[in-house]
Amino acid sequence: MTATVSEGAHDTSQIPAPEGSVTITVKLLRFNPEQDSEPHWESYDVPALPTDRVLNLLFNIKNYVDGTLAFRRSCAHGICGSDAMQINGINRLACKVLVKDLLGKKDTAGKPPVVTVAPIKGLPTMKDLYVDMEPFFEAYRAVKPYLIAYGNEPTRERVQSQADRERFDDTTKCILCAACTSSCPVYWADGSYFGPAAIVNAHRFIFDSRDEGSEERLDILNDAEGVWRCRTTFNCTDACPRGIQVTKAIQEVKRALLFKRV
Amino acid sequence: MTAQSETLALDKPRSPRRPAARRSNFELYSWVFMRISGLALVVLVLGHLFIMNILDGGVHRLNFAFVAGRWASPFWQFWDLAMLWLAQLHGGNGLRTIIDDYARRDSTRFWLKMLLYVSMVLILFVGTLVIFTFDPDIPAS
Repeated sequence: MTATVSEGAHDTSQIPAPEGSVTITVKLLRFNPEQDSEPHWESYDVPALPTDRVLNLLFNIKNYVDGTLAFRRSCAHGICGSDAMQINGINRLACKVLVKDLLGKKDTAGKPPVVTVAPIKGLPTMKDLYVDMEPFFEAYRAVKPYLIAYGNEPTRERVQSQADRERFDDTTKCILCAACTSSCPVYWADGSYFGPAAIVNAHRFIFDSRDEGSEERLDILNDAEGVWRCRTTFNCTDACPRGIQVTKAIQEVKRALLFKRV
Repeated sequence: MTAQSETLALDKPRSPRRPAARRSNFELYSWVFMRISGLALVVLVLGHLFIMNILDGGVHRLNFAFVAGRWASPFWQFWDLAMLWLAQLHGGNGLRTIIDDYARRDSTRFWLKMLLYVSMVLILFVGTLVIFTFDPDIPAS
């Protein structure tokens, strides 16, 4: 193994450059806990097609330049929510961002366009783009994100009108990618805040007519680390790759608490 | 080798780490208070600034007699008292949230809050005292 090359001097010539590709400088916030004391930026010049996704760029780097690059991805099609990361400073799924949408209007002084990729904030970075999701899921579990119903099991399905279903339709779309929670300035400062994603998933059951645990969940979210911490900065709504109106959902939970009515 | 001597250490990574909800509406009420006091303060503070700095002559006409004349009326006494209390509680609650956000250690959080609460009580006490015990006839000693 060669010694660590200086920044920006990675040999990327092995990456296949298909016809019509342009060179893009991918600036990655790398961190290896066994070698580095803190994260540092490294640049890679990667050939990319305008139709490539940022995930393709990362895989080209991992497969042809540095196999130690660590990041999560499962389905790679915007469904599983594994590859949330900060792309050009904004939380996005790497599998949903196309290169052509990142290219500027024109090249600046002949230099290749730069795409910065960093891990999502507010969760401990384990390695490179790979963060410890446990605090995120701990908050998720704490709001009891499952159907709570008392009495005898019905013998047929639990029916619900379309209007009742409509009330929480938006929040059923959550894929738990943590893009919203890790874009929330309150969550960055105070990790014990439930965070937008947990509130969205509480909302999904609080406003479900078949569920009987609304009171429990509202009690949990009425606490010091609950919905009242939200300062409505709308970062979460901007970050959500599923287009969920996250801030609106949080406000609906606040309203339910305020007027004691769901 | 007694079984009792060994404490049972269970690894329970999935059990909730949060304390149970306190079933208190304090955060709800402080949130509502921030909205209402904020609205009231917009009127009170802008009115105060307008009277003190812009209305006939503005800041140049302010002197002891002006203040004494205003505080002779219960209306302005109430105005200033409301402004004092709402601004203190509104600002104090805002700072409390900021301390909760940014203090890293429990002891830092505790002492910053103590400092905040003590200064709030002091300012509220002195301000209220002045408004209610203000005597325009100070003997020219």
